[in-house]
Parts: sequence; C-alpha cells; structure tokens
Amino acid sequence: MTPEETASAPNPIEQFELHRIFPLEISGVETSFTNASLYMLLAALGVVGLMVFATSGKAIVPGRMQALAEMLYEFVANMVRQTAGKEGMKFFPFVFSLFSFILIANLIGLVPYSYSVTSQIVVTFAFAALVITLVVAYGVYRNGLGFLRLFVPHGVPLPVLVVLVPIEVISFLSRPVSLSVRLFANILAGHITLAVFGGFVMMLLASGGWSLLAPVPLLAIVALYALELLVACLQAFVFSVLTCVYLNDAIHPGH
Amino acid sequence: MASEMQLVGAGLAAIGTGAAAIGVGIIFGNFVNGALRNPSAAASQFTNAIIGAALAEGLGIFAFLIAILLFLKA
Repeated sequence: MTPEETASAPNPIEQFELHRIFPLEISGVETSFTNASLYMLLAALGVVGLMVFATSGKAIVPGRMQALAEMLYEFVANMVRQTAGKEGMKFFPFVFSLFSFILIANLIGLVPYSYSVTSQIVVTFAFAALVITLVVAYGVYRNGLGFLRLFVPHGVPLPVLVVLVPIEVISFLSRPVSLSVRLFANILAGHITLAVFGGFVMMLLASGGWSLLAPVPLLAIVALYALELLVACLQAFVFSVLTCVYLNDAIHPGH
Repeated sequence: MASEMQLVGAGLAAIGTGAAAIGVGIIFGNFVNGALRNPSAAASQFTNAIIGAALAEGLGIFAFLIAILLFLKA
C-alpha cells in the first residue's frame, strides 16, 4: 500500500477504542466511566425499559409492544425447556436477562457511530465466566462429587476412557474461552468488515475517475449490514443456547 | 523478516475460516436434507443444527482471531 492510499483509508480498529467520559481512579485502579460503560448502561436500560413499557398495559389481547415482549419471553422459555428440561426452568430468569442484554447490546452496536459493547473480550469473558461458575457451582451443589461423572461418559469401555477423560476435561476447560471468544470475535469481525468496506468507498471516492465504482462497495455494505443484523440475533441466541446446554450438563451429568 | 513471515502466517491462519465455512455448510446442508425428508421433525432439530453450526464456526473464529493478531502485530 502506498502512503497516499493509507492516508485516505480509515483505521478499521479505531471504532473499538475506549474513551473516558468521567475519569475516575480508586486507589490506583482505573474505574473511569467510559463509552463502553455508557453503552452497557444503555443496553441494560433498553432491556428494562422495553419490558416495563411493553407489559405496562397488561392487555388480554396484546398490543404490538406487548406481543413483542411475549414472543421474546416464549422464545427463550421454549429454548430453555427444550435444551435444559423442566428442571432448567429455574434458570430461566438468568438466561432471559443474558439473552436480552446481549441481543440489545449487539443491536445498539449496529447503529452507526455507536459502540459495540460485545466486541470487547472483557465483557463477553465476564459473561462466560459467570455462566461457567454458575454451572460448576450448581453442578457440585446438586450432584456433589457425582458432578465428575460429566467427564466419564456412560457405557464406554475402560481402554477408551483413558483417552476420552482427558479430552472431556480439556473440552470442559475450553468452554469459557470458546463461549466468550465466539461472541466477541463474531461481532469484532463483522464491525471490522463493515469498516473495511466503508474504507473502500472512501478510497474509491478519492481516486478520481474510479469514483464511479464507489457504489459497488456501498451496496456490499448494505448486504453485509443485513448479515450483521442476522449475526447479532444469532449470536445472542447461540450464547444463551450454549448456556442452557452447559446448565443441562450441570443438572444431568453423565449423559 | 519476522514481520513478513507473520503476514504469511496470518494468511495461512485465515485458511481455517474457509474450513469452518465448509463445516457450517455441511451442517446446514444436511439439516435441510433431513428437513425435506421429514418436515414435521425439522422444528425440533433446528436448535441442534444451530448448536452444531456455532461449535463449527467457533473454530473458524479462533483461526480468524489468530490471523488478525498476527496481522496487527506485523
């Protein structure tokens, strides 16, 4: 890339930078209120506001907003019932808040010039660590040492177990990593792609005669944006489905 | 020299994303295949298809992450 080209292409990573809104430091620990905190607050308020506003009418025949809230509720409730069973329904409030927060945070992040909270590995890893801690704590609380049956699949001959148990242990240990990285990297990759294609439009517009081609990447951005909308919803769904699958492991270890 | 090899490595790591795409394609292809044979069972297996796709996609995402880390460090 020649210098003048790099000058016109915007940095696709720039959108993930943190800015302090209220600088704050408590005994040497950085606790500033950043733009990420602002959008996390917005997402949480968005979820609460949507649910409170949508259900405030309590109509028997639901209006548009109430139907939306009820559909969301039914969707998550069915998902929990299907993957974690009847017993998993006691975790429904947890899964529902997780799903709606990630969904709203992803969707807010897609608004141009806004900030995508879930593109920060810290945020998604905090969620994943919370989920895995809950799974381990509840599994041990409910099954005691029987929770370890999770690593010993039922009805497998002993020679195979020697190989299988380490694999199961490794796959369990990699769950928090894969759970957090999947959400984070999907959102990160999508936003980088959008920014790179936006850079193509700007580079073409600045290149004289070739600027006639500028609408081509612009159309690609529109298509990618639709894909990102799908990814935003799908990743929220995937995160909560996997949470349910892991909770199911805690409820019924030993398959 | 190191940074050139890092760029080559980033390109090699990016192959993994294509492999993950093949995996996701196989999962959904087989899901549709099964769904057309027995449409009444399709709805109950959709979640499983999504879980499989998410697991397959996760590995491609790891490859992408390694690629982008190498690319940014180079």
